[in-house]
Amino acid sequence: MTSAASPEVPVLVRHEWCKGCGICIAMCPKKVLEAAPDGKATVARPEDCIKCETCEIMCPDFAIRVVGGRSKGVAEGKGDVAGARA
Amino acid sequence: MAVPVDNYLRNQFMPHMWCPGCGHGIVLGAVLRAIGRLDLPKDEVCIVSGIGCASRAPGYLDFNTVHTTHGRALAFATGIKLARPDLHVIVLTGDGDASAIGGNHLIHAARRNMGITTVMFNNSIYGMTNGQYSPMTPKGRYASTAPYGNVERNFDMCELVKAAGGNYVARATTAHARQLSNYVEHAIQTQGFAFVEAVTQCPTYFGRRNKMGTPVDMIEWFRKNSVNAAAAAKLGPEELDGKIVVGEFYRGDAPEYTQVYEEVIKRAKEAAAR
Ligand SMILES: Cc1ncc(C[n+]2csc(CCOP(=O)(O)OP(=O)(O)O)c2C)c(N)n1
Ligand code: SF4
Ligand code: SF4
Ligand code: SF4
Ligand SMILES: [Mg+2]
Repeated sequence: MTSAASPEVPVLVRHEWCKGCGICIAMCPKKVLEAAPDGKATVARPEDCIKCETCEIMCPDFAIRVVGGRSKGVAEGKGDVAGARA
Repeated sequence: MAVPVDNYLRNQFMPHMWCPGCGHGIVLGAVLRAIGRLDLPKDEVCIVSGIGCASRAPGYLDFNTVHTTHGRALAFATGIKLARPDLHVIVLTGDGDASAIGGNHLIHAARRNMGITTVMFNNSIYGMTNGQYSPMTPKGRYASTAPYGNVERNFDMCELVKAAGGNYVARATTAHARQLSNYVEHAIQTQGFAFVEAVTQCPTYFGRRNKMGTPVDMIEWFRKNSVNAAAAAKLGPEELDGKIVVGEFYRGDAPEYTQVYEEVIKRAKEAAAR
């Protein structure tokens, strides 16, 4: 199952690929993501998302997509994860 | 979505076989985003690997892909590049695959300056075979074959490839996934041999043996213990002990092998025509 994407929910989690490692949850600078009871990532506070794409870049399982990510810097490989968290 | 990595995955084989939190997927994502930014046509990319967890990567990728034998990815890649110099040949390899059994191939691919991009997934361990130490395991670290701590010094692979004659050398960790992707992009654009060391976490064997905690803890450890090349230049060996130096270390402009070899083909043809 994949959570629906909409302007209000800009982050998609591909549930069947997610292994519940918690990396996206820890790395999100806005605490948008949470672990569901099964340990997999779920979008808890979509309204806080700044579309920085850190979750997508850091997910080892290709299980997250940020729809309409605004960060050109990320697309160009600029900046680091530490920077995005600051 | 910045770069459509979905385009490059063989979705029918996903989810991949790597453990939860294994850094190999982060490194692979960095490689795919670099290919995406360069907008390389799939048919013009050939991904070659050896054996190991890291070397399983090409199986999930929708390019020309070759999964070869342990340590020999660069030998196969050299043949592919000679037969098809027009291809972007990219080797995805582990630290064991590249620095132990395949060390000689790496040295000579760099010496010949083959037009190949090599990304070494360095998790400091033989992941696939349950955690033996590799030539990249730092001194003092634990492994199934070093239960009292590893006494050997590890290679500095970036220094080695530079000394052997490569044209591009860089290192980053999974805590620097964006820079890592940038470096892979620069590597692919390099004429000649290009080497990127991607320091990555194996939570299952290296992490557990060395009590490094969760995958998140391991990424945080990389971030806290990394020093960029400019800052490292001002530090002494003691201050750098146990640190990971990240950055782009070298860019050379030595001629690429297949271009030099064109001359040999020309001379041979002229001789045959005489
Ligand atoms: C000729 C040969 N020798 C040994 C092996 C056993 N073997 C398989 S993978 C591997 C090491 C892999 O380590 P690395 O390249 O670091 O990859 P990782 O699994 O850590 O990603 C070894 C020794 C083999 N498959 N073939
Ligand atoms: S795009 Fe950035 S803010 Fe939005 S969920 Fe992902 S990491 Fe958090
Ligand atoms: S990083 Fe990926 S695999 Fe890990 S919990 Fe988040 S979505 Fe799932
Ligand atoms: S054993 Fe280690 S390297 Fe292999 S998939 Fe698991 S975490 Fe990754
Ligand atoms: Mg390894």
